[in-house]
Amino acid sequence: MQAAHPVPGARIPGESLVPDRGPHHRPPAADGQAPRIGVLALQGDVLEHLRLIERAGAVGVPVRREDELATVDGLVLPGGESTTIGLLLDRTGLAAPVQARLAEGLPVLGTCAGAILLAREPRQHDGTPTGQWCLGALDVAARRNAFGRQVASFEADLDVAGLTDPMRAVFIRAPWFEDLGAGVEVLATVATDVGARVVVVRQGPVLASAFHPELSDDPRLHRLLVDAVVTRDPA
Amino acid sequence: MSDPRSLEPSDPPHATGTDRVKRGLADMLKGGVIMDVVTAEQARVAEAAGAVAVMALERVPADIRADGGVARMSDPEVINAIQDAVSIPVMAKVRIGHLVEAQVVQALDVDYIDESEVLTPADEAHHIDKHAFEVPFVCGATDLGEALRRIREGAAMVRSKGEAGTGNVVEATRHMRAIGDGIRWLAGLPREERYAAAKQLGAPVDLVEEVAETGRLPVVLFTAGGIATPADAAFMMQLGADGVFVGSGIFKSAEPERRAQAIVAATTSYDDPDVVAKASRGLGTAMVGIEVDADPGAERLADRGW
Repeated sequence: MQAAHPVPGARIPGESLVPDRGPHHRPPAADGQAPRIGVLALQGDVLEHLRLIERAGAVGVPVRREDELATVDGLVLPGGESTTIGLLLDRTGLAAPVQARLAEGLPVLGTCAGAILLAREPRQHDGTPTGQWCLGALDVAARRNAFGRQVASFEADLDVAGLTDPMRAVFIRAPWFEDLGAGVEVLATVATDVGARVVVVRQGPVLASAFHPELSDDPRLHRLLVDAVVTRDPA
Repeated sequence: MSDPRSLEPSDPPHATGTDRVKRGLADMLKGGVIMDVVTAEQARVAEAAGAVAVMALERVPADIRADGGVARMSDPEVINAIQDAVSIPVMAKVRIGHLVEAQVVQALDVDYIDESEVLTPADEAHHIDKHAFEVPFVCGATDLGEALRRIREGAAMVRSKGEAGTGNVVEATRHMRAIGDGIRWLAGLPREERYAAAKQLGAPVDLVEEVAETGRLPVVLFTAGGIATPADAAFMMQLGADGVFVGSGIFKSAEPERRAQAIVAATTSYDDPDVVAKASRGLGTAMVGIEVDADPGAERLADRGW
């Protein structure tokens, strides 16, 4: 539903407060044929993802309503609080349309909270199921806050399969992935006190990262998403 | 690609407590509502309503205001009980300048510390050196200079001070406008005037430069202090807040669960009056507000800190 009385100058949290700098501070995509990638904009670090989508050569579109979702060729589920975003998906009526698009094979990237929402089964840090609602598009269990609370949050250089140089990976109250289904590719792991743990996975058109590429300004995972959109066979 | 299940992990040192990690958690809270709670049960209500984090307290600001006396950090038992109750981040308040309260709260493994004027200041000259901590801090500000001073001390997030415990949004409005106006003023200055502007603001030149170039604070800016209704929350978002702290406004109202959900809905869809209107229906009585100016006995909490 388009708002009946839209408010002028609505801004995405984090954007400039100077009106004449325009709403998004993202360069317009040079190519009119560039794919449109949505960022679920209910809560979280939406702006950073929009910027990286533009850097990856696509057009970034904030998605808060079903009509906006219908216009995109790919989708990012951003970092944020997975509990909150899950509740808001349900309350805004976006949950079913998002699930329907995922079922059609819409390419999607989830980071941190977004990855938890994509999972088959979200778990507490002690391994018990959280019972929270999720999309179930990715055949993994996501263990929330697996590395610990905020003081255990960290950054590290990580090798990611298929990328030549390491990524600077920022983990914030991050999950890891466990109990992977047969169709799930592991693209990166991180060393922990209890051994290597899986932090980037792919299953067909679904890509998920436990860390936040959008916080280290590295567009390479977003490029993988754009590539998946460009090479997708029209159904 | 074949499945490299045996992919060797890269094993560089993990850097904790970096500015990027501290500020990053605030980025994850954007567009959200952080709620004051005093019990594990209230924390669960806040989480179920869609709060992105909770602030663990012994008393909400309205009660601190009513009770008088010295307000200090919460009992660790209160904080731990709230941590055990929810999976969202848990914040806790310490007194301005009280570095040992901050060390204690960090030892409890809270996710964010609020160096807060709502508690009784412990130091009238110095705020905490927040760079010295692994846990990130949020601090209050009434204008741009104050915000930049706190950021230089290591604050990884800023909130407007407003006037906590009053249910009156007017001071939050004043502070959000002051911060926004300061940013817009800087952005319009010729470069050579930024140095005098830094002197005028009492803020470091490099941060002044950064704000002038980007048109925003270097960290996430939330609003706080007197937000009591869905419309208040949406109003603050339209004034440029990245998210909202609600203190006494939820659990001092007639129907906390409904009001909490409504404030979350209005914060998410702050630019859609139809949603805010729907969220505002049938919430029962809001907290009883105080007009600080009309009450000679009321202390201005926002005057604490500098």
